[in-house]
Amino acid sequence: MSLLKLSVKEAASKLKAKEISSVELVKTYIESSNKADSLNIYITKTFDMAMEQAAQSDARRSKGSALSDIDGIPIGVKDIFLTEGVKTTNASKFLENFVAPYESTITKNLLNAGYICMGKLNMDEFAMGSANLTSHFGAVINPWELEDGKNRVPGGSSGGSSAAVAARAVPIALGTDTGGSIRQPASFCGLVGMKPTYGVCSRYGIIAFASSLDQAGLLSRDVYDNAMVLNHMAGYDEKDSSMIKFNKQDFLSKIGQSIKGVKVGIPKEYSSDILSKEIKDYWKQAAKALESEGAEIIDISLPHTQYALAVYYMVAPSEAYSNLARFDGIRYGERTEGADLADTYKKSRRDGWGEEVKRRILIGSYNLMTENFGKYVQAAKIRRLIANDFIEAFKQVDVILTPTTTSPAFAIDEKPSNPIEMYYNDLFTVTANLAGLPAISIPVGLSQSGLPVGMQLIGNYFKEADLYAYSYTLEQKMPFSHVSSFVRKHNLN
Amino acid sequence: MTNLIEGKTGFWEVVIGLETHAQIISKSKLFSGSSTLFGSSPNTHVSFIDAGMPGVLPRPNQFCIEQAVKTGLALDGEINLTSYFDRKHYFYPDLPFGYQITQFYKPIMEHGKMLIELEDGTAKFIGITRLHIEQDAGKLLHEHHPNKSFVDLNRAGVGLMEIVSEPDIRSKLEAATYVSNLRTLLRAIGTCDGNMEEGSLRCDINISVRKSGEDYRTRVEVKNVNSIKFLQQAIDFEVERQIAVWEDGGEVVQETKLFDPSTGKTFSLRKKEDAGGYRYVRDPDILPLILESTYVEKIRESLPELPQAKKERFIAEYSLTSYEANILTIDAEISAFFEKTLIKEDRSIRNPKMAANWITTNLFALLKEEGIKIGESKISAEQLGGMIDLIEEEIISSKIAKEVFETMWTDANFFGKPPLLIVEAKGLKQITDNTEISALVDKLCEENMDKIEQIKSGKDKLLGWFVGQIMKETGGKANPEVVNTLLHKKITG
Repeated sequence: MSLLKLSVKEAASKLKAKEISSVELVKTYIESSNKADSLNIYITKTFDMAMEQAAQSDARRSKGSALSDIDGIPIGVKDIFLTEGVKTTNASKFLENFVAPYESTITKNLLNAGYICMGKLNMDEFAMGSANLTSHFGAVINPWELEDGKNRVPGGSSGGSSAAVAARAVPIALGTDTGGSIRQPASFCGLVGMKPTYGVCSRYGIIAFASSLDQAGLLSRDVYDNAMVLNHMAGYDEKDSSMIKFNKQDFLSKIGQSIKGVKVGIPKEYSSDILSKEIKDYWKQAAKALESEGAEIIDISLPHTQYALAVYYMVAPSEAYSNLARFDGIRYGERTEGADLADTYKKSRRDGWGEEVKRRILIGSYNLMTENFGKYVQAAKIRRLIANDFIEAFKQVDVILTPTTTSPAFAIDEKPSNPIEMYYNDLFTVTANLAGLPAISIPVGLSQSGLPVGMQLIGNYFKEADLYAYSYTLEQKMPFSHVSSFVRKHNLN
Repeated sequence: MTNLIEGKTGFWEVVIGLETHAQIISKSKLFSGSSTLFGSSPNTHVSFIDAGMPGVLPRPNQFCIEQAVKTGLALDGEINLTSYFDRKHYFYPDLPFGYQITQFYKPIMEHGKMLIELEDGTAKFIGITRLHIEQDAGKLLHEHHPNKSFVDLNRAGVGLMEIVSEPDIRSKLEAATYVSNLRTLLRAIGTCDGNMEEGSLRCDINISVRKSGEDYRTRVEVKNVNSIKFLQQAIDFEVERQIAVWEDGGEVVQETKLFDPSTGKTFSLRKKEDAGGYRYVRDPDILPLILESTYVEKIRESLPELPQAKKERFIAEYSLTSYEANILTIDAEISAFFEKTLIKEDRSIRNPKMAANWITTNLFALLKEEGIKIGESKISAEQLGGMIDLIEEEIISSKIAKEVFETMWTDANFFGKPPLLIVEAKGLKQITDNTEISALVDKLCEENMDKIEQIKSGKDKLLGWFVGQIMKETGGKANPEVVNTLLHKKITG
């Protein structure tokens, strides 16, 4: 099963050299995907379509008209991206039979680059969750199993994406990140997860959770693969008027460059009490690793960090309340007929959603009541202060290093019973969303118990290429050579 | 103080504020590229955006914004160089997103005003609180099924300007004049076609009554009134009802009502609206609307002469009455026709009174009869001008002119031809030759000596009979002034 070992970069060069075919590659991943059924990674498998696309890719390749360097590469797609003619459920009962009538800009961009869609990956319902426990289609299991035999969470909301890459069901997967939904699962599964600057990837055709925070990105095995595929996703889209027109950058352009003289900020506010000691140690090691390559480590302060989670839970559920208003059972989605119109709305929305979605709609609805609106405005102001903290910090440093999460993946049966505790999973990741900054999680080692630990690098606006370069260096210095127990068990190595 | 209405307990003052919804003239909708064509088959102008599909994003239509700026300037308002779009939430099947995109917190224009002049010669400014841009909703169709309703989204997302007046209106006549002026203004600048019957201009009336000197009492809102006649009927009904309620010791309750033209009454739609229920929030999909002041000034410069200014000019330059000037400036095409009629080839000006008369009486009657607009008139302004010259030069009498006018309208042989041709072809030239008329007068008097005696003894009315006889004799071609003078001389002389 050597094909599964190949990174995207390696597979792409073998495709280019015609040493392998896309059909072979896709077939191999279909087999490994089927082996991973127990992890509940897929909501919809599109394997027939994938085989067709692979054959077309090979045909293009043989004529010398490959669409891009990723033509023929299979990719898993989080089920939040609309894919024309394919079910797009957002892991919700509400949309369990919803067939997307159009293609999202991101997947269209990838189609234009010749990617192969392997299927629609499981996730938290409407991207609301940090453990992939809220999906209507059931929890996703983390491929990292310990000897205790307990099922661990893959993180969320892009938990199907992280589990799929960590189980080698796909070589790379699309995710979205509203408060950490790419970086946290990447960290829980030993992967690289990048959330670009708000506005680098079009949001058109991604089912909105919180519009001012949502951003698409990738979960990959390594930094290079991530940058390579992001090159084919990013770009100005006139359909998303919240984007900024900027010159397209080559995210690979700086990989391998020296980081000598790069200033790395260590924010004191991230030394949280709930941060485990071993993660703290990894944090120090990561700083040292960068320092050994010539980077300068600087202590910095992001004074408004303590308010980030509270602000996030004012902003995100409020926008969600609004964005989810269209799901009324009238034009699409599941409808439960009621006695009259109002009753139909109530019953459809009662039956269509799970507890977490309802909880956040209720929080948002409460936030936006006239009597609470002052607090919402206050939250918006603090959000600005949080962003200003970063703007100030980036006058002093080039990049900020923090842990991605406070602890490694937890067992499903050890999940916090209090939803607020669950929200603490996003403690270190929400700030980048609130400020709109690019941030990446890189695996740096295993915890004592044997679970992956991730470090986060937060960059300045539109500095993805630099962020990838720093991450690449960190990856070289602290190589993460471990594979998940699932990969070992099924001999997918 | 003629506006006060007498009740059992004394005089009442009527307080009215109008919220006018004007559909923006634009080929495409406010946030999508769909057509705005009226009267098409249901759901033929509906994009994924208009249908509120998951993942879609609104894209502001720059032309609609330009139209709103134009209207704001024409209403003498201040254009806010930064304004925002907000979401107003409520559930209804004609509202696909579950919210309407509007400008709640900061509209594009504030502090406008409009002059209204009443027939009794009084004039006053009505303050315009704000103009904001928003989306129209779709329509429910109830007539296709006994117990099901259908949704037509053709209108969903069409751009509207909501123009909100101050509660400065004090009578139904002021209200009617305000709406009529507004319609004239919008048509003159081409931002709304003003067709109330098609719903492209409709009013919500906020109405209350109070004793003079008091603060405002509770108001009632009558929504969606779509004709000036209904507007006045609804005001009549509400004023009478509210006065009766107060005078009978009751209390007017705040409610939203509709007007039923078949009964002339208003009926309750819902009681007291809680604005907090709308959960207004900034639309995170749309960036703040920032206008350059040079852009606004450019639009200001491009404004045509506005109806009020034109009206004042017509009165000053052409000595027209306010009434005449009003009618002629109600529509830009009419005023253009009028001024074209006035101007001779040598740039000198014809008799404005006469032109105004012919247009507003004779021409309007024919236009009305055929149900066509002045732009489609069969008599051109040049023809009418030529005809006025013939009258002024005493080539034809006003009476003969009517025949010439009829001929120009009905006789295909003379369409577009100079009226002099008709006069010559039909031998309609006026007889101004004294000797010719004198002979007729002499002959008539000789034959009717008895009648002359009667005139001399005081029966003045018989003089008209003599005039009539002469006109009959000459086929109306005798110059009536000459006939009068000669008759007078002969009989009394």
